[in-house]
Amino acid sequence: MIETRALTKTFGLQPVLRGVDLTIARGERVALMGPNGAGKTTLLRIIATLARASFGAVRVAGHSLPHEAEQVRRRLGVIAHHPLLYGDLTAEENLRFYARMYGLADDGAHLGRLLERVGLAARRRDLVRTFSRGMQQRLAIARGLLHSPDVLLLDEPYTGLDPAGAQLLDEVVRAATARGCTILMTTHDLEHGFALAQRAVILVRGKIVFSARADEMTPAEFARHYEQHTGARP
Amino acid sequence: MNSTPAPDLSSPPEAAHAPEQPALAAAGPLASYWRSVLAILWKDLAAEFRSKELISAMLVFSLLVVLIFNFALQLDRVARENVAAGVLWVTAVFSGTLGLNRSLALEKDRGSLDGLLLTPVDRSALYFGKMLGNWFFMLIVQAIILPVFAVLYNLPMLTPLLLVFVVLGTLGYAGVGTLLASMAVHSRSRDVMLPILLLPVALPVLVAAVQGSGGVLEKRAWDEISLWFNVLAVYDVIFIAVAYMAFDYVVEE
Repeated sequence: MIETRALTKTFGLQPVLRGVDLTIARGERVALMGPNGAGKTTLLRIIATLARASFGAVRVAGHSLPHEAEQVRRRLGVIAHHPLLYGDLTAEENLRFYARMYGLADDGAHLGRLLERVGLAARRRDLVRTFSRGMQQRLAIARGLLHSPDVLLLDEPYTGLDPAGAQLLDEVVRAATARGCTILMTTHDLEHGFALAQRAVILVRGKIVFSARADEMTPAEFARHYEQHTGARP
Repeated sequence: MNSTPAPDLSSPPEAAHAPEQPALAAAGPLASYWRSVLAILWKDLAAEFRSKELISAMLVFSLLVVLIFNFALQLDRVARENVAAGVLWVTAVFSGTLGLNRSLALEKDRGSLDGLLLTPVDRSALYFGKMLGNWFFMLIVQAIILPVFAVLYNLPMLTPLLLVFVVLGTLGYAGVGTLLASMAVHSRSRDVMLPILLLPVALPVLVAAVQGSGGVLEKRAWDEISLWFNVLAVYDVIFIAVAYMAFDYVVEE
């Protein structure tokens, strides 16, 4: 579902990604971890069509980038630490705006169900700028799921979420993979990421240095690998 | 203090969160394209009419410029007629640049630009949506400034032909300005960068708008003014066509 081959990205002379080979199967949940500056967000932005690779091949949902970016975006959902919302619109207006941009019918019931799901039905007519950080992040979850994407990219999605919000996101992620959605998530929270993922990948200085199935090792073993490869205590 | 009820998490995850496949809008490619353009325009207008962030800044700036010129240039009627068009377009250009800069900077700073770029619409639809919004804001400011201008300068500013020049001039400026503001927004010195990029490029539009408006105020014959009308119309088409083709490359990282 997601495939990168020899993916390289440089900013000026500075290499950020150095030949990343990554294959993620349909319905798989992969956590991408690594220290700051490892290139996690850059990798996600290239897969999300927000940036172009300097070299290498990227395929998402059977479409190659950058030539078929529009088809990729149609099947892609993104939940990032920035909620990507408009503070001067209400929660419902934000979802309606994005629904129109994704070519969905004006279906108030669908938006209502999503708002109900993320616990914001009672605040649907309130301006988003009056929401707390956690509430904005919940609305961002609804925005990411609006068009029922086949691939979900999560970039530090737990930022600002309270425990109930984090639990909601865990359940959304598990439910999405249960219906065949492929998930690639970056996180600094090793324990949480490892517990949620089916496969954990460590990226250091733009290269994948470790990849293992989560059911083949304990969290403590993974933490040891992380420390060994990054030099940082988790 | 914001509070919201915690979501009901008691049901099994798959049942609780399996999203129903949302229905697609029954629209052809062209209708979908314009639906996206209008969605962006509606979003910008709705957000602006609540925050009044852009229009108030543009309007206050425009009023100040008009007032300062009025007091600085103690002119007789003939001299006023000669400089009025220039003052009008200096006001429109500076307040328009302010609006263009803020319009894109707000999207970038709040992270919502990525949200727009992630949607599966042709990038030119994003351009047209933002451009129409910027143009509309410039027109609103002009609609308020022109009567003030008419009173202060004692000139007939609300003649139909002058309004045509205002509409076409602001269209061309917003057309090329939206493209260049999308480029400048990625720069750290974007506040300085946009005028430096925009003013030389938009010069043909500004010259035609000033000459045409001046001709109307001086009550010149249509034969003398029509040249500037044609120049303005042609440059509007060229600028918008170039922006339509280039926007995809400009907004990419």
